[in-house]
Amino acid sequence: MDVLASQWHYAWQIMPSLFDGIKMTLSLFFFTLIGSIPLGIIVGLGRASKFKPIRNILGIYVWIMRGTPLLLQLIFVFYGLPIVGIVFQRYDAALFAFIINYAAYFAEIFRGGLQSIDRGQYESAKVLRLTYWQTIKKIVLPQVMKIVLPSIGNEVINLVKDSSLVYVIGLGDLLRAGNVATARDVTLLPLVLVGIGYLLLTAILTLIQHKVEQHYSYYK
Amino acid sequence: MLELKAISKRYGRRLILDQLDLTVKDGEVLAIVGPSGAGKTTLLRCISGLERIDGGQISLDGQVFDPYDNQDKDSVIGVVFQDFQLFPNLSVLDNITLAPMLALKLGKAEAEKQARALLKRLALTGKEALYPYQLSGGQKQRVALARALAMKPKILCYDEPTSALDPDLRQEVEKLILGLKADGMTQIVVTHDLEFAENIADAVKHVDALPEAQ
Repeated sequence: MDVLASQWHYAWQIMPSLFDGIKMTLSLFFFTLIGSIPLGIIVGLGRASKFKPIRNILGIYVWIMRGTPLLLQLIFVFYGLPIVGIVFQRYDAALFAFIINYAAYFAEIFRGGLQSIDRGQYESAKVLRLTYWQTIKKIVLPQVMKIVLPSIGNEVINLVKDSSLVYVIGLGDLLRAGNVATARDVTLLPLVLVGIGYLLLTAILTLIQHKVEQHYSYYK
Repeated sequence: MLELKAISKRYGRRLILDQLDLTVKDGEVLAIVGPSGAGKTTLLRCISGLERIDGGQISLDGQVFDPYDNQDKDSVIGVVFQDFQLFPNLSVLDNITLAPMLALKLGKAEAEKQARALLKRLALTGKEALYPYQLSGGQKQRVALARALAMKPKILCYDEPTSALDPDLRQEVEKLILGLKADGMTQIVVTHDLEFAENIADAVKHVDALPEAQ
């Protein structure tokens, strides 16, 4: 009993630092989504555009973002860009790297969704005198959203875990908070708590994803 | 009156329409018939502005115009597509009111009032809140027709209006087209069904496939 009680006591003691870590994880998570989903839609539209130069340039962007490790990109943004005079604070560097990385993945998902929309939908919108942006906003994107939701959900859950990579530029997130405690106190308990923390976060996100999918299930 | 003079259209190197002339008088129903692959649908797509013509001239009421670039709200050419192309994410009512609200800048109340009148006329009252997937083929076609009519088109085009429906619905389509004709609507109907064409049309235009080698 004594052992269990002392473990509880210890868990309570390190909780504040873990919560600080969760705050960082959640902040990165939300702001990355807010930045990368709209950017991903725009890049996805560009990737599906008729203009070859735009398609090609965005193709190279997507290739670089998906073709190199996110960890490497973080290091380049924080340590590399200052060489050419672009200096980011740690947190801003992390956010920038995450947004441009995740936007590339989202762009590919949206491109796939856009290409699955029947050309006839654009044509019927055209003969009804809708403009391109009206067509995209009212007809195409609502349908694309429904199609891409499962894939987006997958990436969103990946993002929660990927956010732990920010340790490399010295930011303190949930995993790092656990690591610090584990190294200091020579016990695995902090990392167990970290694991539970990630599981709780992803459980909530899975629930939200389910709700959003339900919201879009009013038509087939 | 719609007049086409010496219309040509090619896809890549393949010539589909060669120096084609066509006149559709106001209030008339014109049927475009011919074997499949002859370019009937291509002709309709040129008239409705979905394809750019490569040569010739199109004029509406004596004014030369290019349907492909035309965004004028007074010279709308409506289309009922073969597979209807309703917007699956919108209810029946929203399918019909969307374009009048966005393109003709009608208020929501006015657009809905007009849409309900069209639905009533096409025997679709009670279907306002349904989504396209909940409708039968014939109902989808009538919603597509209502959606096109809501834009107050000068001319209404149909691409193979009987082909996606049960054979016994053909008479229903005939009645719809003749009913609109009675109201003075100018209509162009692409069909491969000669008997159907005979029943509805004031004039019939034959389009024949061009020789393959060009």
